Amino acid sequence: MSSRRSRQSSSSGSSRISDDQIIELISKLRQFLPEIRDNRRSNKVSASKVLQETCSYIRNLHREVDDLSERLSQLLSTIDADSPEAAIIRSLIQQ
Amino acid sequence: MMSSLVANPVASSDRSRDSRRKKKKKAQVQSRAQESTQPSYAKWKSESQQQIYSSKLVQALSQVRLGDMAAPPRGRAVREAADRALAYAAKGRTRWSRAILTNRIKLSRFRKQRRQRSASAMAALTGSSRSKKPRVSVHRLKGKSLPAVQKKVKVLGRLVPGCRKEPLPVILDEATDYIAALEMQVRAMSALARLLSGDGSSSSSVSELPPSG
Repeated sequence: MSSRRSRQSSSSGSSRISDDQIIELISKLRQFLPEIRDNRRSNKVSASKVLQETCSYIRNLHREVDDLSERLSQLLSTIDADSPEAAIIRSLIQQ
Repeated sequence: MMSSLVANPVASSDRSRDSRRKKKKKAQVQSRAQESTQPSYAKWKSESQQQIYSSKLVQALSQVRLGDMAAPPRGRAVREAADRALAYAAKGRTRWSRAILTNRIKLSRFRKQRRQRSASAMAALTGSSRSKKPRVSVHRLKGKSLPAVQKKVKVLGRLVPGCRKEPLPVILDEATDYIAALEMQVRAMSALARLLSGDGSSSSSVSELPPSG
């Protein structure tokens, strides 16, 4: 459904992706993973490890967003319309 | 039918519309090209992007509140609003953001009947796949490394919205952007939580909450 116009087809023109491109994508992904990124000593990390860390990192982030959602919902339910917090929200909406 | 009556004007207007569309396409391709020289995930780190997201988030949250004034907004509703805002902030340029938006449309259509099912789907997205994974990979890791990698790719594809059936390069590309977006989402949401719980409020329920990590 959302695959009507993929980035891949517009930029590379073919579905063939070389190993180099995969390696490049993996190393890009690596920069985001705290577990691996800070580990400068072992520069050689397997693709499998990168994938594993990516999965667990995304899960961690999902969990954080869940917790924050819960927290925000509690915060929002305690706010009444005349409080300074409500004024903050109103001013943010008008931005 | 119309075109047979006034063939020329319709045809010409069609053509001009067509060329306009082509121009639009060209512009899109160009902006894509610019993005690829300056990676798309870089923008998620910028302060302005977080600002944009924060205001979208607050807007979405205020709609959650308006939606059911009687009942306090639940965490899930906030989560959905936050994800929707994130997808809007991505402007539908990425597969994951389009997937979030289309999922929401589907969900809202069947929400009343299928609240239970959507909840379980959400659980599958966020965590329950974790319980399935180790069992499989323990068996596979002993064999060749390729199936193990493929399993991980599959798991990753399920974690990134809209990438369940995508090839590896797409998953990797989308995951990179998605992670950067999630990091920004966490920053923005904790900033908002700090803002709302912070100075001046003497409400006891607020002070009971743990500080954001």
